[in-house]
Amino acid sequence: MTIKVRVPTPLRTFTAGLDEVEAEGATVRDVLAHVEARYPGIQARLLDEKGVRRFVNIFLNEEEDIRFLDGLDTAVRSGDALQIVPAIAGGR
Amino acid sequence: MLSPVPARRLSDITEAVGATPLVRLRQIEKDCPGVELWLKLEYQNPGGSVKDRPALQMMRDAIADGRLTTDKVLIDSTSGNTGVAYSLFGAALGVRVQLVMPSNVSQARKDITRAYGTDLVFSDPMEGSDGAIRLVREMVAGAPERYFYPDQYGNPSNPKAHYLGTGREILEQVGERITHFVAGLGTTGTMMGTTRRLKEHIRPIHCVAVEPADAMHGLEGLKHLASSLVPAIYDPAVPDETLPVTTEDGWDMADRVAREEGLLIGHSAGANVFGALTVARRLERGGCVVTIACDRGDRYFAPMRWEKNHVW
Repeated sequence: MTIKVRVPTPLRTFTAGLDEVEAEGATVRDVLAHVEARYPGIQARLLDEKGVRRFVNIFLNEEEDIRFLDGLDTAVRSGDALQIVPAIAGGR
Repeated sequence: MLSPVPARRLSDITEAVGATPLVRLRQIEKDCPGVELWLKLEYQNPGGSVKDRPALQMMRDAIADGRLTTDKVLIDSTSGNTGVAYSLFGAALGVRVQLVMPSNVSQARKDITRAYGTDLVFSDPMEGSDGAIRLVREMVAGAPERYFYPDQYGNPSNPKAHYLGTGREILEQVGERITHFVAGLGTTGTMMGTTRRLKEHIRPIHCVAVEPADAMHGLEGLKHLASSLVPAIYDPAVPDETLPVTTEDGWDMADRVAREEGLLIGHSAGANVFGALTVARRLERGGCVVTIACDRGDRYFAPMRWEKNHVW
């Protein structure tokens, strides 16, 4: 189950500048845990004790926010891609 | 009911910029007994945000020295408020406006700017505001004679607007009482210009810059400078202190100010008030902290694509 995860600019300090990383997992939660194992520190920017942080959006295949699917339990299959997008752009 | 201030008569809309009210936050103040908290309502500007000041100053200064003519297209990167201001004054002054913004800015911002006749170009949401800046630079480099690029991040007219306006007005409004000024860092124009004016005051005023606590944040309009293209107008020696504020603290304070003070402020303004209260809590009696309401919260109400079924 290799999933592509697209990383926004503010989080690339954790991924050695990579804008896309690959991770394994059957759910979004598993994939993010695998990303965290390889790039420590990134998960705390995305999740808090209640789940996905309020200003963070995670899309499955550029279509649907996982909030409208099954959240962190959303199933993913090999070849799927996740996009992490901040709710805003920053700067004005 | 009688208003305490005379109603103004304006010869055109540009005269409506500035002279914004300063309101005391009497409920929030209960968390910092003996210290005054004041909020300058920049959303009372005609475009609904603090950005009317620098946008108009940049356009006026450029018209005055010939950089901006009606033959040129004003182009800049903005995720919203500056774009609203350019669009408003562009319409009023007869200047065509084109804006580059990340595609994930709120629908309301896109609709407002288009309503004034502005053309929009979208940049990659994954690249944030820096991606929009890079795209504008490419477009301008490809046709420099076609565009006037104010570059709010590098244009000295941006902080100048706050030096001449915001800072002077604050001193007129609170006079001798002000001890602290708190403002968020975005282009850094508000902090740079206002602080420079306040530092000329006879008594020292401690000026605190609020910035997002983390590179990944949801405080629209603010920049985490350590991870961003640092604006050319930013001088790190100007603020006395930089205070990190988390997205959650900024958002929650915006909600609280609406419910307790009747002021529906945006997220960056929420972060400013949170920062102001943090500073005020450290002070003895007699402190007076002034901060900025950059815009109103209803500018963030329109659902974005991914929010369509979701209420936070």
